[in-house]
Amino acid sequence: MSARIQVQTDDFDAGAEIATLAEASGGVGAVASFVGVVRSTDGVTSMTLEHYPGMTEREIAHHVAEAQARWPLLGLTVIHRIGKLAVGDAIVLVAAASAHRQAAFAACEFLVDYLKTRAPFWKLEERGGNTDWVSARAEDDDAAERWRR
Amino acid sequence: MTLLYFAWVRQKIGRSEERLVLPEGVRTVGDLLAHLGARGGGYGEAFADTSRLRAALNQAHVGLDAVVRDEDEVAFFPPVTGG
Repeated sequence: MSARIQVQTDDFDAGAEIATLAEASGGVGAVASFVGVVRSTDGVTSMTLEHYPGMTEREIAHHVAEAQARWPLLGLTVIHRIGKLAVGDAIVLVAAASAHRQAAFAACEFLVDYLKTRAPFWKLEERGGNTDWVSARAEDDDAAERWRR
Repeated sequence: MTLLYFAWVRQKIGRSEERLVLPEGVRTVGDLLAHLGARGGGYGEAFADTSRLRAALNQAHVGLDAVVRDEDEVAFFPPVTGG
């Protein structure tokens, strides 16, 4: 099974990525995808994403391998952007291909939950001239934790 | 060893990376954190509240009890907020 992991400043074409997964094998019957977008919470005008080069790719690869071990997947794509992003810009794409929807949905959600709690990215929000580091949310830890049960 | 700092830890300390010879008496990530915090200034501020800090040893998440060696890469950062 092919897995594509990308950390990049450039935007991505979610439609093209999904099409590539759909066409990857004749056995693909479902592609589930998630796109995270910069939200304008409390006057946020832009967001800058920092990461830990090397560890980021290793963490994502580790959880991609775990997803492959748990579900019968036929393709996986994870693209996470870094650098300065504006409200409405796409931050992350996770897409999973499988013969049937259940595995595709589950793998997609699993990877998003782990990206949020394990992959070393940090978000700096800008409001007017002020900047604030985004705090981690306990709900995200809970969401990732339920996959351990 | 190589030390790396990210997000507000990097901002408070004023640098993203430095080299350090494993100091006498430092055995774990927690010892290293206390050693750096004792430098005061931005280090003191960055390492004041260990509950707000996370660490990685050679690019893998670890707890404060992980044992460090001179050839290691150790990173300190806040809880991650990607996705």
